[in-house]
Amino acid sequence: MRSRGLFSRCALILGLVFLYVPILSMIIFSFNNSRLVTVWDAAHSPTLKWYVALAANEQVLRAAWLSIRIALVASTGAVILGTLAGVALARFGAFRGRLLLAGMTTAPIVMPEVITGLSLLLLFVALQQLIGWPRGVGAVTIALSHITFCMAYVTVVVQSRLVGMDVSLEEAAMDLGARPGRVFFRITLPLILPAIASGWLLAFTLSWDDLVITQFVAGPGSSTLPMVIFSKVRFGVTPDINALATILVLIVATGIAGSTVWMRYQQRRRERDVLLAAAANL
Amino acid sequence: MNARTQVETPSVPVAADPNAYVRIANVTKRFGDFAAVEDVSLDIRRGEIFCLLGGSGSGKTTLLRMLAGFESPTSGTIYIDGEDMSAVPPYERPVNMMFQSYALFPHMSVEKNVAFGLEQEGVARGDIKRQVGEILDIVKMGSFGARKPHQLSGGQRQRVALARALVKRPKLLLLDEPLAALDKKLREHTQFELISIQQRLGVTFIVVTHDQEEAMTLGTRLGVMNHGRIAQVGSPSDIYESPANRFVADFIGSVNMFEGQVADGCDDCLRIASTELGCTVRAEPARPGTTGATVWAAIRPEKINITRRPPAGQPAAATAPENLVRGTVREIAYMGDMSIYLVQIDSGKMLRVTLPNVTRGRERPLTRDESVWLSWHGTSPVVLTE
Repeated sequence: MRSRGLFSRCALILGLVFLYVPILSMIIFSFNNSRLVTVWDAAHSPTLKWYVALAANEQVLRAAWLSIRIALVASTGAVILGTLAGVALARFGAFRGRLLLAGMTTAPIVMPEVITGLSLLLLFVALQQLIGWPRGVGAVTIALSHITFCMAYVTVVVQSRLVGMDVSLEEAAMDLGARPGRVFFRITLPLILPAIASGWLLAFTLSWDDLVITQFVAGPGSSTLPMVIFSKVRFGVTPDINALATILVLIVATGIAGSTVWMRYQQRRRERDVLLAAAANL
Repeated sequence: MNARTQVETPSVPVAADPNAYVRIANVTKRFGDFAAVEDVSLDIRRGEIFCLLGGSGSGKTTLLRMLAGFESPTSGTIYIDGEDMSAVPPYERPVNMMFQSYALFPHMSVEKNVAFGLEQEGVARGDIKRQVGEILDIVKMGSFGARKPHQLSGGQRQRVALARALVKRPKLLLLDEPLAALDKKLREHTQFELISIQQRLGVTFIVVTHDQEEAMTLGTRLGVMNHGRIAQVGSPSDIYESPANRFVADFIGSVNMFEGQVADGCDDCLRIASTELGCTVRAEPARPGTTGATVWAAIRPEKINITRRPPAGQPAAATAPENLVRGTVREIAYMGDMSIYLVQIDSGKMLRVTLPNVTRGRERPLTRDESVWLSWHGTSPVVLTE
């Protein structure tokens, strides 16, 4: 570590600056007293007044609550469908239509969001004309759209985990008398649970901050948080947005830090166990 | 295989062995155009340890997986205890398997792993606990029940995998390279333990292995596989001393092989003229052979005598020496218990000869480039027609 060269040290510092200075400046300015985002009012700062103002802002709070609910529904739905698709792709061999399924599930990842959003809107409109459902666009259509594109990411995560998993574990369970359904719930599911959990988190964040697709399928009264922030920014950034963003960064940072610490703890414990087992070799 | 060889011919189907517990009848398995297993017929008796021995890609693992039910034969039938297994899924077969990777469930403790099979049968909780305890004691893992698989060493994992496969008291246990992941010392120890557990529980074992030493020590009978076919079935000594063809002779142990033509026979022998060897091979006892037909004589390295002088009764100047060649020692490998000599005979071919080092400090050991005589008894050569 000590012998790190000048170049890599510079690269590291520049990289950190590029990544974190914008976020840092946003956090600092959220404590600024001035209404002008770019002017630091040294006399009256730091202050929490934008946070107080935020707490009273009905529109933002309603949008945040809607976003949370949509993200919860969307990530859960995406995890269920994505896991099923991942299992089918990784375990069912060469079934009819496999290539089609593989292509369709991963399409939303490569497809421009504008196109996904537009085609979903057209689908909803056509559906409404045909069967009368969904009634207009709103929270339901947003959730459905989010499930569609989040599912693609879950599928990829689950499928790659399954491909890396030893098939003989499932065979051994079957050999011991477990029917395929039991094998899935007792063996496969517990073993891919980490992948499902990270798929869920990924889907949650994707749904939480999606703007483009949401714009297409949202209706009046169903503005998500990213939509509200975006519309506010168009009339000039106000410091309460900084405060809102700071809170979001804080939540995300806590989540990441927590999971990192937990994973490192697990890793250490595992390494120690393996060493102990090797030392006590029969 | 063809009917000319005198050894068991397994490709003749359903020889109706009354003791057969597992019957594999004309089983073929194709993956696309590739035949992994081709027209294999085998009878495996109750209570024996049958070793399927072969190199990689010989079809032995595919055959084992068909017995477990993970693959279904393209054609042919597998019977276990007289019952056709074609329509029986893996979870209903009276068979358990020990996987090469052990396939222990990483999220379950040792106890839970072993109990898994019993839970599927709906055994009462108290009985599960008792049976799991019993089997873990048999494999000497009784005090490790609460551990997770990653907290075990390789040898311990192997024992747990064995216990898990045995806990349901299957009539037939399939073992896929059971000892491959263990180091040499542990492997030898475990081999004998496997045999004693097998005898204690009276289970029929079918073991797949690529390690001939393992197959010889474990197996009561061996089936040597090559390119998806059974090359020979027999006891370890049958396979070693009377290989049915050149593949088996060459695959099991090392061998010196010479091509030659059947010369005149005699009452109790067959003579083979071999230009490759530079002498006539006299093989006892007599067996049928058409004069002039091409055959191969296979002689194991330990069945060749190496002497400085021609052995008594064999005049060196004889016009047609039998079972005697002259050569020069080219390489000597001292292995401790024995030495390997590579001797170049006058025709230019290299022969491999092994001698046990029975005495300490032999008065004058053979050295490189020393000229020697190689001879063997008439019963030593195996005559192979294919």
